[in-house]
Amino acid sequence: MADYSFKQSPKYETFSYLPQMTPDQVRKQIVYLISKGWNPAVEHTEKEKATSNYWYMWKLPLFGEQSVDAVLAEVEACHREYPDQMIRLVGYDNYAQSQGTAFVVYRGR
Amino acid sequence: MAVKKYDAGVKEYRQTYWTPEYTPLDTDILAVFKITPQAGVDREEAAAAVAAESSTGTWTTVWTDLLTDMDYYKGRAYHIEDVPGDDTCFYAFIAYPIDLFEEGSVVNVFTSLVGNVFGFKAVRALRLEDVRFPIAYVKTCGGPPLGIQVERDILNKYGRPLLGCTIKPKLGLSAKNYGRAVYECLRGGLDFTKDDENVNSQPFMRWRQRFDFVMEAVEKAERETGERKGHYLNVTAPTPEEMYKRAEYAKEVGSCIIMHDFITGGFCANTGLANWCRENGMLLHIHRAMHAVLDRNPHHGIHFRVLTKILRLSGGDHLHTGTVVGKLEGDREATLGWIDLLRESFVPENRSRGIFFDQDWGSMPGAFAVASGGIHVWHMPALLNIFGDDAVFQFGGGTLGHPWGNAAGATANRVALEACVQARNEGRPVEKEGKEILIAAAQHSPELKIAMETWKEIKFEFDTVDKLDVVHK
Repeated sequence: MADYSFKQSPKYETFSYLPQMTPDQVRKQIVYLISKGWNPAVEHTEKEKATSNYWYMWKLPLFGEQSVDAVLAEVEACHREYPDQMIRLVGYDNYAQSQGTAFVVYRGR
Repeated sequence: MAVKKYDAGVKEYRQTYWTPEYTPLDTDILAVFKITPQAGVDREEAAAAVAAESSTGTWTTVWTDLLTDMDYYKGRAYHIEDVPGDDTCFYAFIAYPIDLFEEGSVVNVFTSLVGNVFGFKAVRALRLEDVRFPIAYVKTCGGPPLGIQVERDILNKYGRPLLGCTIKPKLGLSAKNYGRAVYECLRGGLDFTKDDENVNSQPFMRWRQRFDFVMEAVEKAERETGERKGHYLNVTAPTPEEMYKRAEYAKEVGSCIIMHDFITGGFCANTGLANWCRENGMLLHIHRAMHAVLDRNPHHGIHFRVLTKILRLSGGDHLHTGTVVGKLEGDREATLGWIDLLRESFVPENRSRGIFFDQDWGSMPGAFAVASGGIHVWHMPALLNIFGDDAVFQFGGGTLGHPWGNAAGATANRVALEACVQARNEGRPVEKEGKEILIAAAQHSPELKIAMETWKEIKFEFDTVDKLDVVHK
């Protein structure tokens, strides 16, 4: 107990208290997102602007996309273009008119 | 048109109020009561008496009955059913015409439905089991000030339940020390902290100082984590005037959420506060102190599913619903029933969950279910499985009781939650594999590891007092 001192670090909402996901783990989350009927969307931002609601859209949301590989490919393409930026994956739920899920895939440098 | 003549005296209730041939209208408010009649009172007469006493009737015929259209305004007992496994009582279904009630007033509806009738001598005990509100009536009520979807957008929280913590000890902390506990919880990873329900404005900590210190803690934790946070500032007060004063100040100091006790505070105050919250863009957390006085006895009182409907109509964005697994009473299937009633837009009749009627909420927003009371990290898999995403899990002792302090306790809870959500999304049965999921997550979180060791043996395995009515003979 005496040895413990809490260390503060910036967080990015859902899944940011877990280690950064491996590609296989990301893939499984995309499978879930698609299985829920949500529309995948890729967004990115400079780290210092991460608290804004509005990140940059990487293309339009991938409406109706059923291929996990296609979604993953867009995440990777975005990461290649902006290697230092944060990248998150959103699942738009158009019935709840909300985001079914959203989590940061690349935490930026 | 039938001609009626005045005939003084006492008639049997059934002559007027027992109408088994009646088909309820889509606009009727329907209620099902569990009636335990006095010896010698038959079912039809008891049901008719309850219909009469909760609507237009009184014990004797009065001449002024003939000045109105009683056949339009009277409540009608239209159906009777056995209670599975219990011969001492029966279910009576009663239909009330919508024009018996003031629009948008749960106060008025329940002054009739659970008014004098509950002290009526011809019944030994009486319990209101469920109420069907027609969509026409639902549309006259304000409902949750902002609702689940807006709250998620404001707080930027998606794809997981939220985490909270009630600051303890419940009573006696100074405002500044209290703010310290808030800061530690929020910086550690919780989304919300909460005033205890009986923290209002006592001599040891007046509300204004509490609001000031707490908001400093919330804002600092937000800056440092980059996440959005809140603290339910309890504005429950001795008078409505004082309640609104506290709500205004909470808004002035930048809080996104306030809190109220809807039963002890009263439905009138609650509905007014919900309207204020909607006007001012504030979220409203609702505690339910005193509910167990009303809902725990299986033969007398008001079932919690009815209290849930009252709150959704009156207005609140969060409602405490029990945990199933923690220290407080709550049957699993019955709990699933009332959390549906709180969150979904249409809930079909489902007797296996104690739901007697279809309930259409139309466009009325839903509210988050709040699970609070004696829960800790080991309960996380079960909580996620029972409640799903649209819930707030509140770990009071389970955060503050962590051996390394509440920031570490908060981190332990957040890691456990996110590990369970990740596993669920991967298709794993989280309740069954809960232990492995948590042990794996603790590999990279010493805070979780020590929490799991601390609370390994703590369980609350007492049988539920208020069970659903099923055959058990």
